[in-house]
Amino acid sequence: MGLADIVIKLVLIVIIFLISLVIAMYSTYAERKIAAFFQDRIGPNRAGPWGILQPLADGGKMFLKEEIIPTNASPFLFIAGPSLAILTACIGSAVIPWGQTVTMGGHTFDLQVTDINVGILYIFGVVSLGVYGVMIGGWASNNKYSLLGAIRAASQNISYEISMGLSIIALLMVTGTLSLKEIAAMQHGWHWNVLYQPVGFILFIVCAFAETNRTPFDLPECETELVGGYHTEYSSMKLGFYLFAEYINMFISSAVMATLYWGGYNYPGMDWVLAHTGPTIGPLIGTAVLFAKIFLFIFFFMWVRWTIPRFRYDQLMDLGWKVLIPLAIANIIVTGLWITFF
Amino acid sequence: MESLTNRKKVLESKPLNFLERAYLPAIAQGLAITMKHFFKKPVTISYPEEKREYSENFRGLHSLKRDENGKERCTACGLCALSCPAEAITMIAAERQKGEEHLYREEKYAAVYEINMLRCIFCGLCEEACPKEAIYLDGPHVESDYLRKDFIYGKDKLVEAPLNQ
Repeated sequence: MGLADIVIKLVLIVIIFLISLVIAMYSTYAERKIAAFFQDRIGPNRAGPWGILQPLADGGKMFLKEEIIPTNASPFLFIAGPSLAILTACIGSAVIPWGQTVTMGGHTFDLQVTDINVGILYIFGVVSLGVYGVMIGGWASNNKYSLLGAIRAASQNISYEISMGLSIIALLMVTGTLSLKEIAAMQHGWHWNVLYQPVGFILFIVCAFAETNRTPFDLPECETELVGGYHTEYSSMKLGFYLFAEYINMFISSAVMATLYWGGYNYPGMDWVLAHTGPTIGPLIGTAVLFAKIFLFIFFFMWVRWTIPRFRYDQLMDLGWKVLIPLAIANIIVTGLWITFF
Repeated sequence: MESLTNRKKVLESKPLNFLERAYLPAIAQGLAITMKHFFKKPVTISYPEEKREYSENFRGLHSLKRDENGKERCTACGLCALSCPAEAITMIAAERQKGEEHLYREEKYAAVYEINMLRCIFCGLCEEACPKEAIYLDGPHVESDYLRKDFIYGKDKLVEAPLNQ
């Protein structure tokens, strides 16, 4: 690995980090705007044309708010909570293949920060670490609502990680690899995994909703029961970090879903486009397609949020343990039989 | 027992069938409904730029009318103040002097006429009580302000603009 490679990787890391942050920022705007459209309203439209400066105004507000650490809170853990939440949200993007190999100015490089051969396991590790941000923050607040929210978040995430993992096992049986780069490359030309694993995809997306704490599984921050949930005591940019982490999580899980099931950067007619645009622009078009898929998933996340009411906690656990896990196991068995006999 | 009216409707609650228990068709249905709303025209009126039209019988700000020659119609009889259930109206009457005939229609007029807009309930009883057709609640709604004293509207705000001006 030469110096040029290291520089390229660093630039890639910075770009992906910035893109994650900008998308998280504009997700807050998109959420409000989409919510408004779903409810026959207009939404934020005062800050800049169509309100596109709204996220900047919100961010400025967040920075200017008073920063409160409750007297009986544990100061170190109180700050560690949101830091951990946003850290784990950001590092998940490292293994996602954002596009094919690009040739630019004599250099050839992958649009992927690192291609480790256990990419999916890495993502799982990061996702399970994400619980700690919420748990530590909720516990350190020294507030019963925060604690209840944190407990809910922990048990919910752990329960749904199981069925998420099981749904991935069926996918791995089809693909035969854990590397996200190979999985994305394998889906070239309509071999999208969602066509082979429709049930697995439904399981995965339901679990993704639960893992990102989005409606209908947003019980950790259920206002009617728990005030603000695990971030009740948080204010200023520490609250902003939690909210940001949620949106980055949504972005990353959309990217993972697009990569694992919906063909990643592949699109119909790709070879023709690639042959006509050259090795620099061609792969970047694939990246644009991947981002289009990601935005569709983010839209779907928001669409569901403004459609379905929240689950009751026992219903959530029922769904996780009594429906999704047996279904995931059945999916594995059926996939196994299918592979064996066809 | 047989019901007398025969209007009783027995509701039966069947156990959910498989599709209903699967929950996903219901979600798809819900998503379709919200998507329909996504493309509907918003019902919002962006207030300062757009204004909703008042209904025809809207009772808003009071205005003290002038007659066809531009003279103030109010004769300070005090019936409006008497009829006001919220005690919002007060006035001081004065006698019309020589040379003021072009200003006031009657021999007596209101030198001071004040309505406290925070007390007023816009019931329109003053309008009904007025024997001279001098007060009407035909204006827009009351503007917001910072101080209570600024909600006591005097003749400067209430009297109609003079004719030919």
